[in-house]
Amino acid sequence: MKKTLFALAASAAVMLSAGAAQADGHAKTKACFIYIGPTGDFGWTYQHDEGRKAVEAEFGDKVETAFLENVPESAEAQRPIEAFARSGCNIIFTTSFNYMDPTNKAAAKHPDVKFEHATGYKREHPNVSTYSSKFYQGRYVQGQIAAKMSKTGVAGYIASFPIPEVVRGINSFILGAQSVNPDFKLKVVWVSTWFDPPKEADAAKALIDQGVDILTQHTDSTAAMQVAAERGIKAFGQASDMIKFGPKTQLTAIIDDWAPYYKERVKAVIDGTWKQQDVWHGMDHGSVAMAPYTNMPDDVAAMAKKTEESIRDGSFEPFTGPVTKQDGTVWLKDGEKADIGTMLGMNFYVKGVDDKLPK
Amino acid sequence: MRLELQKRAGASTLFSILSPFIALVLTLVAGAIMFVILGKPPFASLYSYFIEPLFLKFDMGPIFSDFSFEGIVPNGWSLEQILVKATPLALIAVGLAVCFRSGNWNIGAEGQYLIGGMFGAMIPVLFNDWNSPLTLPLVLIMGMLGGALYGFIPAILKSRFGTNEILTSLMLVYVAQQLVDWIVRGPWRDPKGMGFPGTKSFNESAVLPSLWQHADAHYGAVIAVVAAIAVWFMLAKTSKGFEITVLGQSPRAGRFAGFSAKNMTVFAFLFSGAMAGLAGISEVSGSVEKLDDKLSLGYGFTAIIVAFLGRLNPLGIVAAALVLALSYIGGEAAQISLGVSDRAARVFQGLLLFFVLACDTLIHYRVRLVAAVEAVA
Repeated sequence: MKKTLFALAASAAVMLSAGAAQADGHAKTKACFIYIGPTGDFGWTYQHDEGRKAVEAEFGDKVETAFLENVPESAEAQRPIEAFARSGCNIIFTTSFNYMDPTNKAAAKHPDVKFEHATGYKREHPNVSTYSSKFYQGRYVQGQIAAKMSKTGVAGYIASFPIPEVVRGINSFILGAQSVNPDFKLKVVWVSTWFDPPKEADAAKALIDQGVDILTQHTDSTAAMQVAAERGIKAFGQASDMIKFGPKTQLTAIIDDWAPYYKERVKAVIDGTWKQQDVWHGMDHGSVAMAPYTNMPDDVAAMAKKTEESIRDGSFEPFTGPVTKQDGTVWLKDGEKADIGTMLGMNFYVKGVDDKLPK
Repeated sequence: MRLELQKRAGASTLFSILSPFIALVLTLVAGAIMFVILGKPPFASLYSYFIEPLFLKFDMGPIFSDFSFEGIVPNGWSLEQILVKATPLALIAVGLAVCFRSGNWNIGAEGQYLIGGMFGAMIPVLFNDWNSPLTLPLVLIMGMLGGALYGFIPAILKSRFGTNEILTSLMLVYVAQQLVDWIVRGPWRDPKGMGFPGTKSFNESAVLPSLWQHADAHYGAVIAVVAAIAVWFMLAKTSKGFEITVLGQSPRAGRFAGFSAKNMTVFAFLFSGAMAGLAGISEVSGSVEKLDDKLSLGYGFTAIIVAFLGRLNPLGIVAAALVLALSYIGGEAAQISLGVSDRAARVFQGLLLFFVLACDTLIHYRVRLVAAVEAVA
């Protein structure tokens, strides 16, 4: 008898909560964000948080947002994502590559919640979308500037993990540089972290000691910019405009603008039109933007602007042949454009990178 | 003028029992003040920290939209997460209780925890294909062995050369962190892991099973409870327990009784090291299912708070571990609902240790204001 009563109560509760779910159209939509670093990294995470704020500004009372910062890329990520799904989030953005499996796992358990995973490729359930931007387009512009500005002919690159995303940026940078100076060289240091200011600073110092006079990075903090400023060389900002940290140092920066995408996807949830997708927007959509060209002569800035414009209007694409791989084999013939599969899975260097790609 | 601590004639039994609770209340008061300074509503913040994770919000739908049964239905998922977090804390702290009671100050449990995880991972990493019912027990034993060996270093340095074990054990934590970091980025890195630091995932035979199907909680929790009861028994009912207490409270009396303080140092470090190692491997094998560079989350240090909050009593430690685990989970809840920084949880833990130690000190000592003139005379 007790059991039956309990079952009745339980099913009533389930029905009621189903009713609540239907009423969600009128209630606030909750958009939640998982961050790899602190919102104050002034790089990657900072820009995602700017996107979150843009969502709040756009939809006002119709939305509610929340975020969790410093969530490690490990089994520890499962609990925060799950906690979000259980706390009534309607859409959850997980903003680092290795949240891939925890995101898909949580999506399986919470089919009513929409999941958006940045920079990943697994969409195992219909409620998981993936999104990223063509940051490599900005890298090409930076490479051209580096080749013009460098006296030693060698630039330094602080890299995080040898995933295709990062390798693509390195290759695009050196291709841009070689379009100006065919003998340009690039030194790479792998720091195996996304956010660790002391480690990033050490890598910057090591590269400068090896004779590089231009620094760029695929990590999230402003440490390298600050070291470059101290040592009096030039550097590129990453993910965000870092000019405040190197007013006489920053040449330009790739700015990740997530706001348009976040607004679009949250609106889709509000309107009930959200569908699974995989997007990879570039300069044409404004999701990759360049910070003002500073600390360089006018002719260099003019060249950079021209390249940026030609990438934006689609008349030029950085991965266009002829391109030779590091091992000497031909990758792209003259005029040939890279196919999207090779780009997404890029696991080789092109010629001119003075480093062995870690396996 | 200066302050002086003067030993009280007899410590109040009542206050000895009450002290952890007084410390908890003081921590909450200090926490509320901290939230006010941060510009957050203090009561709502404390609520989302310590109560919200325990219960489900029960929305009654459109009919009763202003009405929710908050605080009635326990939140099974959160409770399970608390259990997961409490497991390593309790395992480490139970070992530390033995060590601290014997008057040996092992501050390096974090290092022993890491080396335990690394030693235990050796079998599943190097012999990934070896699947037998013996695999898991051997993995756990290897974990204990690793932790014990790592604890042996400060022990032998203290008993042989008289070094300060607080310094050596603490500094060995950093060595262990670098060692684990190196091994998961170098020799043991999963070749298919896209360069991310971490070993291959363990085979099922090397994984500590879940408590029930699809659970995050694993049998490490059961091991922790069994260990706590066993250590309580050892401390309360056996001659070894007597030896530990006597040597801890009065080394001179211990010597007269024929106990060796040096042997006790070695025993205490081996024991607490093994428990920390067991915590490490149970975390690696039960929760993460591989060794990665994120193993060091500070459990070894938080466990020191757990040990003192639990009054160095293994059964009290189990309760204290649940309280500290709640502060981790509550930290996330407060971040979600109020945007309180994730560092606030750490501040809470620090405040708690401060107040526990302060209460204990004030139970045993009274503070006296001594005039400077008197001091000179």
